[in-house]
Amino acid sequence: MLSIQNVAKRYPNGTLALDRLSLSVEQSEILALVGGSGCGKSTLLRLISGLDHPTGGTIDLDGAPVRQPRAEIGVVFQEPRLMPWLTIDQNVAFGIRHLPAAEQKKRVVEALARVGLAAYAGHWPRELSGGQAQRVALARALVGRPKALLLDEPYSALDALTRNDLQEHLLDLWADDRPTLILVTHDIEEALFLADRVVVMRPDPGRILSEFRPHLARPRDRLSGEFLDWKNRLLAELGKAQRPLGGDEKYPAAAI
Amino acid sequence: MFRTAFFLKGNWVLALALPLALAGGWELAVAAGWANGRLLPTPSAVYTALAALAKTGELAAHVQATLARVAVGFALGVLAGTFFGAVVGYWSAARRFLDPTLQALRNIPSIAWVPMFILWFGIFETSKIILIAVGVFFPIYLGLSDAVRGVDRKLVEVGRIFRFSHREMILRVLLPATLPTYVSSLRSGLGLGWMFVVAAEFMGAEQGLGFLLVDGQQTGRPAVILGAIVAFAVLGKLTDWLLAAAAARLLVWQDAFKPVE
Ligand SMILES: Nc1ncnc2c1ncn2[C@@H]1O[C@H](COP(=O)(O)OP(=O)(O)OP(=O)(O)O)[C@@H](O)[C@H]1O
Ligand SMILES: [Mg+2]
Repeated sequence: MLSIQNVAKRYPNGTLALDRLSLSVEQSEILALVGGSGCGKSTLLRLISGLDHPTGGTIDLDGAPVRQPRAEIGVVFQEPRLMPWLTIDQNVAFGIRHLPAAEQKKRVVEALARVGLAAYAGHWPRELSGGQAQRVALARALVGRPKALLLDEPYSALDALTRNDLQEHLLDLWADDRPTLILVTHDIEEALFLADRVVVMRPDPGRILSEFRPHLARPRDRLSGEFLDWKNRLLAELGKAQRPLGGDEKYPAAAI
Repeated sequence: MFRTAFFLKGNWVLALALPLALAGGWELAVAAGWANGRLLPTPSAVYTALAALAKTGELAAHVQATLARVAVGFALGVLAGTFFGAVVGYWSAARRFLDPTLQALRNIPSIAWVPMFILWFGIFETSKIILIAVGVFFPIYLGLSDAVRGVDRKLVEVGRIFRFSHREMILRVLLPATLPTYVSSLRSGLGLGWMFVVAAEFMGAEQGLGFLLVDGQQTGRPAVILGAIVAFAVLGKLTDWLLAAAAARLLVWQDAFKPVE
């Protein structure tokens, strides 16, 4: 569905944020991108979203190159990024402003109910807590029923309990239309709880170090022995990702 | 507790306390013979002078003339400032082309243009209105062009994710995002409009509150001068208040600092 081929990104200041990175993602797959700070996760997400352009390689969505943001791709940023001058329902309606008003209204009501915020339709963004605002951002991204949803550390600013709630909630929402999810996270548990596949990246320049497919039955139990085993394996791999590689290993095989 | 809350609720009471105390003090001082009110007339003398002018209809005519000049000059300044501010803020080619020139012009005290304007447009209404418009133009141009360039990139990106056209980006993101700054610059512009109308009316007018100032001086009537000043204060405050009140309805969404009481 999404095919990333040899993508490189060099910022105007000379930083090589991504180098020859290839990755393909299936329809309805849930993919987690993990890796230390600065290894290019956000950069990759911005390239996929069409907000920024690669300086090498190609990104195709269903066979067509991504050059601009596309309706099929929704984005949830690290911060909610709600328009402060619009009420909650107006913010959500952003994503479907081309639909007839009646249809918009119906879908916004549905979307807000789906994230448990039906009662907040007429409120201002400033009246919401961080977790509530992030749920509105999720509703705004999902209301247009995108094929793929990109999330850049969407819950990193929230406390652990709220985060766990929202992770389960995200899986619930995902089950409605089963969009492809690409989730950037610092949180290994979050990656293991949500993802079909975990991609570990390493910095300088950003590349893929390895991939894991945690074979864990859903719903996943964060406290099960298996879960903890996977967690340890992933931690060990992330440890590797932080260490600079020797000369010969400069471009290791991308996948395991 | 109760008393301070009551006192603070009545914003008007608090706002008027100082000027009323000063005016009342002066009135008393003159009445008691501690001072003579010849050069600084008492509030009652000013009131009498204003009442006399009001009775003959002169006051209304002066107020009307001044208001009309401010209104037209302000409108022109706002139109031009908004247009150039928006274009220069939104379009960087326009900024490189226009901004240096406009910034250079801004550094000329607007009053310095008066002789030129009189040569170009004569001493009647046109030159007065243009002087006011020039004064109003700059704060609005500067405020808006800076505000547009200062709009949060993160919100603009949300617009891009939803594939906003230029038009939508302007109407749905840039316009509301710049509104608070725009309102402040409208208010500074209006303040300058009131300042420049005095300068404009000093340069020869048969009517207007500025004319009343000059007339009061030439005929040795300080009460008339003070009356005109009071009229300026009332009108300036009133128009600013109207502008702020109109804007406040558009800015209810703001998550702003609420001043301590
Ligand atoms: N706009 C930019 N201009 C120049 N360099 C940038 C820019 N954005 C990111 N970089 C650089 O690119 C590299 C990757 O940054 P990126 O934000 O993608 O990392 P990240 O993996 O998301 O990190 P984090 O986990 O801290 O969010 C970093 O070295 C960063 O300094
Ligand atoms: Mg990041």
